[in-house]
Amino acid sequence: MSPTSVKSAVAIVGAAETTELGVIPNLSEIQLHADAARNAMADCGVGVADIDGVACAANPVGVAHYLGITPTYLDGTSVGGCSFMLHVRHAAAALASGMCEMVLVTHGQSGRSRVGAGGRGGDGASLQGQFEAPYGPTGPPTMFPMGVLRYMKEFGLTHEQLASVAVVQRQWAMSNPRAMMRDPITVDDVLSSRVIAYPIHLLECCLVTDGGGALVLTTAERAADMDLARPPVYIVGTGESSETPMVSQMEDFTTSRAFRVSGAKAFAEAGITPADVDHLMIYDAFAHLPIYGLEDLGFVGRGEAGSFVEEGNTAPGGKLPLNTNGGGLSYTHTGMYGMFAIQESVRQLRGVAPAQVKGVELSVAHGVGGMFAASGTLVLSNRRP
Amino acid sequence: MSPPKPEPRPTPETQTFWDGCANGELRLQHCGACDRYYFPPRPFCPRCLSDQVEWRSVSGQGVLHTYLINHRAAPGFEEDAPYAIAVVELAEGPRMMSNIVGIENTPENLVLDMPLEVTFEERGSVMLPLFKPAATTGVRG
Repeated sequence: MSPTSVKSAVAIVGAAETTELGVIPNLSEIQLHADAARNAMADCGVGVADIDGVACAANPVGVAHYLGITPTYLDGTSVGGCSFMLHVRHAAAALASGMCEMVLVTHGQSGRSRVGAGGRGGDGASLQGQFEAPYGPTGPPTMFPMGVLRYMKEFGLTHEQLASVAVVQRQWAMSNPRAMMRDPITVDDVLSSRVIAYPIHLLECCLVTDGGGALVLTTAERAADMDLARPPVYIVGTGESSETPMVSQMEDFTTSRAFRVSGAKAFAEAGITPADVDHLMIYDAFAHLPIYGLEDLGFVGRGEAGSFVEEGNTAPGGKLPLNTNGGGLSYTHTGMYGMFAIQESVRQLRGVAPAQVKGVELSVAHGVGGMFAASGTLVLSNRRP
Repeated sequence: MSPPKPEPRPTPETQTFWDGCANGELRLQHCGACDRYYFPPRPFCPRCLSDQVEWRSVSGQGVLHTYLINHRAAPGFEEDAPYAIAVVELAEGPRMMSNIVGIENTPENLVLDMPLEVTFEERGSVMLPLFKPAATTGVRG
């Protein structure tokens, strides 16, 4: 018997987002988890008794109890917005090794309405509290883009090219009824929007929304026996890594080490190269993330991503469809967006995305956690490996 | 009245750094095994895990490695906005976040790789290292 392999063993069988998305002042965070979870369970026709594993980027005990699940596998990995890529990776390993039989991964975040949401605030004695907070950052918009000017100097990225990331993603969002922002925008619109943290303008920053999503994973064997309304999506490669919780301590401000390590590991496990990828999701908290991601995952060479996007290669009709739900910039961004990137990869592989790309067989969902602090990468396919 | 700016709270591992600042000097730890400086402080070298590390007062010279200009003032920074949040590459190698003082914080004024030197500002119970354009070393007018 050949050894059990994660990549041949596990599938996403259920996937869904919260019923509503965007502004949801009537639901608390735990209920957003539950709403998405129930939708994902309904999507694949399973009940609470079928679920024996729970993962989320909060305390999974709370989600399990709220849903009435008695878990034998718990994963509370919380490394920021890419946590869900890690949950899927860990669940794949757990399912492949027989630790559990069916894992529910949930996300719910009242990022906009802050209903039942945890507090914010720092600790002056942490390293960030001592060596970053005293210099006046006000959240991710004033920290995450720290390397953009250095990138511009090193590689000649123009303000117009950076703005084109937002323009192209809006083109995708225009086809998506659930996207929060659907009006067309131009490069001039982006560059004339309010400066948030030079060189980043408002339209180069993600949205702040409420919502959630959930996934149900099981073995490919069991998936084959299930009466599924939609085909399984197989996990064929996974990666994760981290660099530094302090953006000021990045090794190189023009590239993410966590992106490179996580991406390379996932691609190697899947046995693929960027040329094999039909559809790509790169977590876009800000417009520069797809620039870094395209290069760090090897889709283009160093310094080439700005012109690659500007020339329309990632736009509808382009050769590398990227962030086809509209992304964090135009679709939704609850604070931890990674779940929504996975959901769109699943929709594209199932052939049910609002802006469906023809013939998608291999999709990559690549996430960031913190401000280039962590990363997770999933290579997904609708063909059983 | 605006709230106070965030204040660092030293820990046992960082106290020597902040003591240096109070003394008007920037201190970094140096690894004897690697012959290399590192930051932020910890009692071992993050590259080789050696305990053979010592605190040294360093030059306070550096260059502007990268920055952004924050238009959303943090509590206490209302009168400073827009202000740069910068990463300074110290002459000894490590980089640290800081603010740039002594020059209006505009994209035109703040040119990457421009030379900077440390200065200190009282922040609650500590002195906080900030950076200003380096004094020119050539002929003075």
